Amino acid sequence: MSVRKTKHEMPEQPPQERIKNFKEVPYGYTKEIAIEEAKRCLQCKNKPCMKGCPVEIDIPGFITCIAQGDFDKAAEVIKAKNNLPAISGRVCPYESQCEEECTLKKIGEPVGIGRLERFIADYEREKGKKPPKKPKSTGKIVAVVGSGPAGLTCAGDLARMGHAVTVFEALHDPGGVLMYGIPEFRLPKAIVKSEVEYVKSLGVAINYDVVVGKTIDVKELMEEYDAVFIGTGAGLPNWLNIPGENLDGVYSANEFLTRVNMMKAYKFPEYDTPVKIGRIVATFGAGNVAMDCARTSLRLGAEKSYILYRRTEAEMPARAEEIEHAKQEGVIFKLLTNPIRFIGDEKGILKEVEYLKMQLGEPDDSGRRRPVPIPGSEEKIPIDTALVAIGQSPNPLIPQTMKELKIGKHGNIIADDDGRTSVPGIFAGGDIATGAATVILAMGAGKRVARAIDTYLKNK
Amino acid sequence: MYEIIEKKVLSDTVKLMKIKAPLVAKKAQPGQFIILRIDERGERIPLTIADSDPKKGTITIIFLEVGKTTKQLGTLNVGDSLENFAGPLGMPSEVKKYGTVVCVGGGVGIAPLYPIVKALKESGNNVISILGAKTKDLLLLEKEIEAYSDEFYIATDDGSKGHKGFVSDVLQKVIDTQNVNMVMAIGPIIMMKVVSNLTKKYDIKTLVSLNPIMVDGTGMCGGCRVSIDGKTKFACVDGPEFDGHKVDYDNLMLRNRRFIHAEGEACKLAGAQ
Repeated sequence: MSVRKTKHEMPEQPPQERIKNFKEVPYGYTKEIAIEEAKRCLQCKNKPCMKGCPVEIDIPGFITCIAQGDFDKAAEVIKAKNNLPAISGRVCPYESQCEEECTLKKIGEPVGIGRLERFIADYEREKGKKPPKKPKSTGKIVAVVGSGPAGLTCAGDLARMGHAVTVFEALHDPGGVLMYGIPEFRLPKAIVKSEVEYVKSLGVAINYDVVVGKTIDVKELMEEYDAVFIGTGAGLPNWLNIPGENLDGVYSANEFLTRVNMMKAYKFPEYDTPVKIGRIVATFGAGNVAMDCARTSLRLGAEKSYILYRRTEAEMPARAEEIEHAKQEGVIFKLLTNPIRFIGDEKGILKEVEYLKMQLGEPDDSGRRRPVPIPGSEEKIPIDTALVAIGQSPNPLIPQTMKELKIGKHGNIIADDDGRTSVPGIFAGGDIATGAATVILAMGAGKRVARAIDTYLKNK
Repeated sequence: MYEIIEKKVLSDTVKLMKIKAPLVAKKAQPGQFIILRIDERGERIPLTIADSDPKKGTITIIFLEVGKTTKQLGTLNVGDSLENFAGPLGMPSEVKKYGTVVCVGGGVGIAPLYPIVKALKESGNNVISILGAKTKDLLLLEKEIEAYSDEFYIATDDGSKGHKGFVSDVLQKVIDTQNVNMVMAIGPIIMMKVVSNLTKKYDIKTLVSLNPIMVDGTGMCGGCRVSIDGKTKFACVDGPEFDGHKVDYDNLMLRNRRFIHAEGEACKLAGAQ
């Protein structure tokens, strides 16, 4: 029997239409397409795809169920390992994880594992999620700090093991970066909320407006709870550190995206939080966050949306799919450019950015070729808004206020692979421990740490 | 939800509210602030804590109705609730025994000055307070602050009470006659700038409390960044208090005007409803 060599396409909004709205770009598979795609799976005995999955989903298992048309069973198989499939099914870099290992890659494209996960998660959500069976209570209580991907995963898994879990969230909404960072058109907020509701249905309580380190200290949590998980993420924006960065018109990616996503500035004045972008926007950086900024700007009405990046497309850290979507939508890539200063008018309002052209030299520590400035190549372009998307560092609040925790040189909490920190009973995972990474790696960490906490509680 | 359990109208545009927020009240220290959001569509705004009562679990805020959110807040009454109220945020004031301290408050900046005056007095300082406002009706917490002050002065722009002129005129006289060890100034940016310029000449340590635009208030967005001695700091986690001699006030004034157009639009729409 011959196997189709390419993945089934996922229908999506045409670029010219979608840049006028904040609705999700891909529509997702239909039942028919999902079954056809699932039938491409070879059901390899050694399950190579699973090696690439940070949250250990039985991938051939759920794909078999889809091929047989049993979507409920497929949902059960996924949920056995992953409490947040509608999220990972959208933002996971499958191409470098499960799909990277797929045997079909030898003859063509891998099975669309990510698309199938998303299909099942959406099917289940639309149908109404089954309330899971409540496990027997262990009598142990655990505090989880932060309700981002690491915290939610850890909390959900701990609840399934029978521990009572309370999550402390500093902001007014759950989800962390899923809510404030990733735009609506890539990850609808209603979906995040629905996934959070599922985690709550497992028995997890979420307390909002609690800034751990300020409202309550980790030490106080230690007195009250049997264990504490810190999953406060990488929320501290990095800056270019060039002149003019404090002008009116320069935002960190975090401020810009938080205003638009969490505070819903794209619906101003229906919502109270404003955002101002003008006609020409330049985003600095080339990761997923930069693509989000550049694409959001177009949806807010920018006439031109540039990405300035000091290397070339080959070195861009963003997922290929995100770069492709940005290109389709008309984002202009100015590659091999390095900003040297922002220039404002007499009132201090951003008007221009000056940059140097670069060329690639010898490979650096990251293995990527190092960008080297070309002397005398200064150029300026007029811009109204600059979005600085060159990465985030671990959130400093807890490291600052809990001196007993050992902190790494990048401000991260030092923890082993299972989340054990220098203080017994305190665990950490996700970006706060590793530095900024991906949603799925944070979820994977949340999962591993939940097991370590379970072991710790059993031996306590 | 955080209930409003007391409300006082201090002037046409200035209101006081006590909010039930036991966790915040338990931890609040002079100089810190909170972030509130009125309802699901609201923006997050920072307000400096004017007083706290850990026993009753309340935080006092005093605010000037200046934009859409503060005007809307002013229409709420006892029994109404706020959707969100997070804190205490920022670093507490550096309260210790300095010797003679002058506390300068202008406009609604007098409100956050009050707990600091109290704490400085209780730490054994000789406290001289100077309060300023456009006119006497806009003066706040006169009696409360006077009660904790060894010397107490008032300045109004129109001369309706105390010295006619600026708080800096009074401060100059104090500096001329006494040995001042520290000045704490909270008020309009221009007032803090003038006070800092004055004390710099005499090399008197000066602390100011800055009020930039914030979103999260936890060190995440950087919207509140201020330039201190040429270095970028976040007022929400590094401040809100900074060495007054090192602040780039002009940049702060500029950054606080970032959304003035949208604010006007929102106010107009709210007014039309």
